[in-house]
Amino acid sequence: MNCGHTEKKLVAYLDGRLTMAERRQFEAHLALCAVCRGRAQGFRSVWDALDELPPLAPSPAFDSRVKARLAQEQRRAGFWSWIMPSPRMAFAATALLIASIWLSSFQPAQLPVTHAPVGSPAQNTEAEFGMIKDLPVLENYDVLTSFDALSELPAQESAQPQSLNRL
Amino acid sequence: MARSDVQLMLDVKSGDDSSFELLLRKYRTPVVNFLYRMVRDAAAAEDLAQEVFLRVYRARGQYLPRAKFTTWMFRIATNLAFNALRDGRYRQMEVSIDQSGVDRSGDGESKQPALEIADRQPSIELELIRRDRAELIRRAVESLPEKQRAAVLLHKYQEMDYDEIARVLGCSESALKSLLFRAYETLRVELAPLVGAAQVQAQLTRPGK
Repeated sequence: MNCGHTEKKLVAYLDGRLTMAERRQFEAHLALCAVCRGRAQGFRSVWDALDELPPLAPSPAFDSRVKARLAQEQRRAGFWSWIMPSPRMAFAATALLIASIWLSSFQPAQLPVTHAPVGSPAQNTEAEFGMIKDLPVLENYDVLTSFDALSELPAQESAQPQSLNRL
Repeated sequence: MARSDVQLMLDVKSGDDSSFELLLRKYRTPVVNFLYRMVRDAAAAEDLAQEVFLRVYRARGQYLPRAKFTTWMFRIATNLAFNALRDGRYRQMEVSIDQSGVDRSGDGESKQPALEIADRQPSIELELIRRDRAELIRRAVESLPEKQRAAVLLHKYQEMDYDEIARVLGCSESALKSLLFRAYETLRVELAPLVGAAQVQAQLTRPGK
């Protein structure tokens, strides 16, 4: 053994972590080498000196600050977990929101209502209403049905309002 | 029977917050002191130490007792300290240490924060000597390179095994032993006035290899 081994062995020797064989070997080297012996003694003195370093006591509020920060985090986490109980739920909600925005980008006026071949009863009613809503004859329908002067007409000429009633 | 740290952490994982309080009470002082020696500022050390415990609590769900609890916790603390030092957040504090806590800027106020130190009430003269020695030691430790400093703090003050420290620092045991050797050798030279100047001087003139 030579001084080159000291770097790997000295701290372990002082810590009592060498095997019996390693220790004997190292002590044999120390007995012969004043430099390594002095260094070992110096390390021990350094360790003693390090014990003189006064410890720093945490402030009295340390625990309460940690707890306050934890409570704050839990409150925040609780709020979000109430809204989003799980990541899967959050993903589903986001997907639903995106789908809603995408669907709402289609304007009802742009839908090909009038060209729909055969639709549901609701769609048919809407299409029929679209066709007849602007016809002028229907605007006058109430006037014609309650027009008293028509009853004074000769019988052959009163067929028109009756035919209108049949509508 | 006292529960081990690992058991306490497993209890925290299963929702027992009182176990977390026990861990907090047990390790707040070592963690604050470790961080104080790393970042060289008492207020910053407290702040980072709080963050360590918050991270421990946040990670409770993923905690697996593969390593000792202290290894895991000090790895968090070490990473936080290294990151804080690299961010340069505590550069001002390093300057104030170079000034030995004494104000030299002329504004009449010390830049060092007031520390609460356990006191033993010796005579004033002995107290002054003790403070001077402590100041010299503190400066020597705090001027070590950050990885060497962390190794010394974990080895000397936390009394961790080599494999634990190596895991905390992310190096091999062999590399750790070299790291510790270099750190203690630097301290031996720096603290020569305290630990025997003549002996160190003689060895400096005769390289040991």
